[in-house]
Amino acid sequence: MTESPQPARLMVDARNIYKSYGSVEVLKDVSLQVKPGEVTCVLGPSGGGKSTLLRCLNHLEKPDDGTITIDGELIGYRRNNDVLHELGNRAISRQREDIGMVFQSFNLFPHMTALQNITEAPGRIRREPKVQREAHAQSLLAQVGLGDKGGRYPSQLSGGQQQRVAIARALAMRPKVMLFDEPTSALDPELVGEVLDVMRRLAASGVTMVVVTHEIGFAREVADNVVFMDHGVVVETGAPERVFDAPEHQRTTEFLSRVLK
Amino acid sequence: MTLADNGSRTRIVQSRHWGQWVSGSIIVALVVAFVSAIATNESIRWEVIAQNLTYPTILSGLWTTIWLTIVSMVVGVIGGILVAVMRMSNNVVLYAVAGAYTWFFRGTPLLVQLLLWYNLALFFPRLGFGAASIDTNVLITPAVAALLALALNEAAYMAEIVRGGILAVQNGQREAGAALGMPNTAIMVRIVLPQAMKVIVPPSGNELITLLKMTSLVAVIGAGDLLTNAQYIGTRDFTPMEMLLVATVWYLLLTTVATCGQYLLEQRLLRGTHLQPKRSLTRQVMRNFTPDRVRS
Repeated sequence: MTESPQPARLMVDARNIYKSYGSVEVLKDVSLQVKPGEVTCVLGPSGGGKSTLLRCLNHLEKPDDGTITIDGELIGYRRNNDVLHELGNRAISRQREDIGMVFQSFNLFPHMTALQNITEAPGRIRREPKVQREAHAQSLLAQVGLGDKGGRYPSQLSGGQQQRVAIARALAMRPKVMLFDEPTSALDPELVGEVLDVMRRLAASGVTMVVVTHEIGFAREVADNVVFMDHGVVVETGAPERVFDAPEHQRTTEFLSRVLK
Repeated sequence: MTLADNGSRTRIVQSRHWGQWVSGSIIVALVVAFVSAIATNESIRWEVIAQNLTYPTILSGLWTTIWLTIVSMVVGVIGGILVAVMRMSNNVVLYAVAGAYTWFFRGTPLLVQLLLWYNLALFFPRLGFGAASIDTNVLITPAVAALLALALNEAAYMAEIVRGGILAVQNGQREAGAALGMPNTAIMVRIVLPQAMKVIVPPSGNELITLLKMTSLVAVIGAGDLLTNAQYIGTRDFTPMEMLLVATVWYLLLTTVATCGQYLLEQRLLRGTHLQPKRSLTRQVMRNFTPDRVRS
C-alpha cells in the first residue's frame, strides 16, 4: 500500500526520535519540524545530541525509535501498515540525493580538484552530461566566491575556502534541504565570516536549512526558528528573539549566559 | 658556532666517532677480502658464466620468470581487492569466505601449495562436469600449477595490504560520499580506493620483489623458469655453481629494475602530497648510506 505524495506542509518532520549508543541515551523523544524555506538553528552544549539528530535526518545514524519524513517521504524505511522495513543501500542513497550535508571537517575529496569534487556526484549518480555539470559547478563556485579556484586541490585551499567548496558540492545535487553540522567550528575565527556570508545568502534565497551551530549571532540574524537541546532533549524552541531575549527555561539561560560572555 | 653571553663565539668541536671509523674500516676490509676471494677463486669458471648469461635456454627461463611474476601480481592485486572488500562487507557469507581464504593461503607455505596444485590429478583425475570434463594432467601443466599457486597466494597477502589501505581512509570521506547520495560501490571505487592507494602502493612494491624471488620455487616442479633452466644446464654441463651465479646475476638485475620502478610509481602516485619522495633515485640510495648526523 503506497501513500500518494501530498504537498507537504513540512519539509522536515522528525517525530519522537530515540537514539542510544550502548547504555548512553543520546536522543530522548526529540521532535523537529521545519517548513519549506525556513532556517532552523539547533544550539546547545556539546554532547547534547544536536549532531546526532542532524545525522538521523539523512540516515547517517539510524534512530532506535521514531520517524523522519523529508518532503513527505519517510527516510530510511518503507512503511507497510504498522511495520517499518529498513531500506537497502541503493534506496537510501537515492533519498540522500535530495538532502545536502555540510560537515564540520569539510570532508572534501583530496584526490580531486574543487571542480571535480562538485561534479563527481551529479556525474556519477545522475549521469549529467559533462558540459552541463561543469557549467553548473562553475556557477556554484562563483556563487560561493571561488569562481577562479576550480582547478585547485583541497590541500591548496584555506579552511574557509574548503568549506565553501563543500557547500557548493552539496548544492550541486539540488537538494530540497541543506543540513549543516557545525560548519564553522573547525575554522580559524577570521575565516568564519566568509562561510557565514555564503550561508546567509543561501538562506535569503529560500533554501530550507537546518544548522547545528555555536554562532549565536548568525542564528539571531538568519534563523526563523531556534531549537535549544541539552542532554538529548529539546529544552525549548521558538523564534530567535524569543529564545535569546526571553528564555523560558533555566538551562537555556545558563547556556546563553556562558556562551554570550 | 653559537654566540656566548659575552658576545664572542664559542668554538664547537664535533665528536670524531673513532669507533665508527675503526669498525667501518674493518668491515670494508672484510668485504674486499671476500669479493677478491670470489673473484680469484679457481673453482669458478668466470668465462662459463659470461657465456651462459645470454644462452637461449637461460633467456627463455628468464622470460618465464618475468611473465609468471607479472601475471601472478596482476591476478593477486585484483583478487586481493576482491577479498579485502568481501572481508569488509556486512554480508556474513562473504566475510567468512574471505576469512577462510586468507587463513588457508597465508597459513600454508607457498612450496606446499605449489606441490598440491601440481599433484591435483591425484585428488581430481578429471575436472569438469560429466561429458564436458578434461583430464586434469592435460590442464594442470607445471606452468599452470605455478601460476595458480603464485597468484592465489599473492592474492591472500594483497588482501591484507588492501584492507589496511582501506581502513586508513578517514570515515568522513565515506560519510561525505554517502551524504551526496553515492551508493556503497561508487564510494568504494571513486573515493576510498583512490585514497587507499597511498597506503597500498609501498608495501605492494615489496610484494612484487618478493614474488619475483618466490617464482624460483617453481623449479621443484620443473616449470621452466630461470632457476629450473639454470639448474638443468648446470647438471648437463657439470657447471652447477656457475649456473647458479648466472641465475643470481639475472635475479639481482630484475629486482633492481623492480625497485626503481616502485620508486617511480610511488613518486607519481604520491604527487602533491607530503609523502612524496623528493629526491632523485641516486640521492635516495646515497642517503641510505649516509649516517644520520651527516644528513641535512
